Amino acid sequence: MIKVQTEDFDVNHEYHRLAAKSEAGAIVTFVGLVRDLNLAQTVTALHLEHYPEMTEKSLRRIVQQAKQRWQLIDVSLIHRVGTLTVNQQIVFVGVSSRHRGDAFAACEFIMDHLKTEAPFWKKEHTDSGETWLDANEKDLQAAKRWR
Amino acid sequence: MIKVVFFAKLRESLGTQAIELESTGISTVTDVLDTLHQRYPQWQSELVSTQLLVAINHEMAKLDSEVSSGDELALFPPVTGG
Repeated sequence: MIKVQTEDFDVNHEYHRLAAKSEAGAIVTFVGLVRDLNLAQTVTALHLEHYPEMTEKSLRRIVQQAKQRWQLIDVSLIHRVGTLTVNQQIVFVGVSSRHRGDAFAACEFIMDHLKTEAPFWKKEHTDSGETWLDANEKDLQAAKRWR
Repeated sequence: MIKVVFFAKLRESLGTQAIELESTGISTVTDVLDTLHQRYPQWQSELVSTQLLVAINHEMAKLDSEVSSGDELALFPPVTGG
């Protein structure tokens, strides 16, 4: 299940959806939130832009790659767009598998690739104005380690 | 015609979301960039960034990727979601 939406999501509901499959022996979930501080600036809100026609396609490809690489039962991926305030949820990745190793690795793989390939852009609203975030070198390195 | 769309910081600094180019004489992404440079010399500094990413019909592409009439070519800065 892949969704790009403005609405919030319910982690408990998403977890139980993944847990409902009887063959699942492990579920790993990740939730990304809006931080209050970035590069020493106090963040008041975050605006997330995306490329609607391309986003889901890009996310589907990342999930497909993870499914080819590990034995997964199901993957849920939700990414929000629009304006979000501090502490709000941005992204959910949930992976179920028979054993924990596959779910842990696939969850991290999906996030690392999402951060460097999926067409989303963040604009931060801080006390001193609005700034588009630059890509993070650490994120690029994180994605490279799976090659 | 080739539709060229811009996103995020690039869209804001160019002050436009999309433009259309005649496809005559255009066969690659590099040709599209050259045409943009000629037609919009004021965009020079934004469009020379080596960090710009390009997608054709919603798939990531490269400078030498082929472009045809009817394609949608997107130019955007490195992504920052998640």
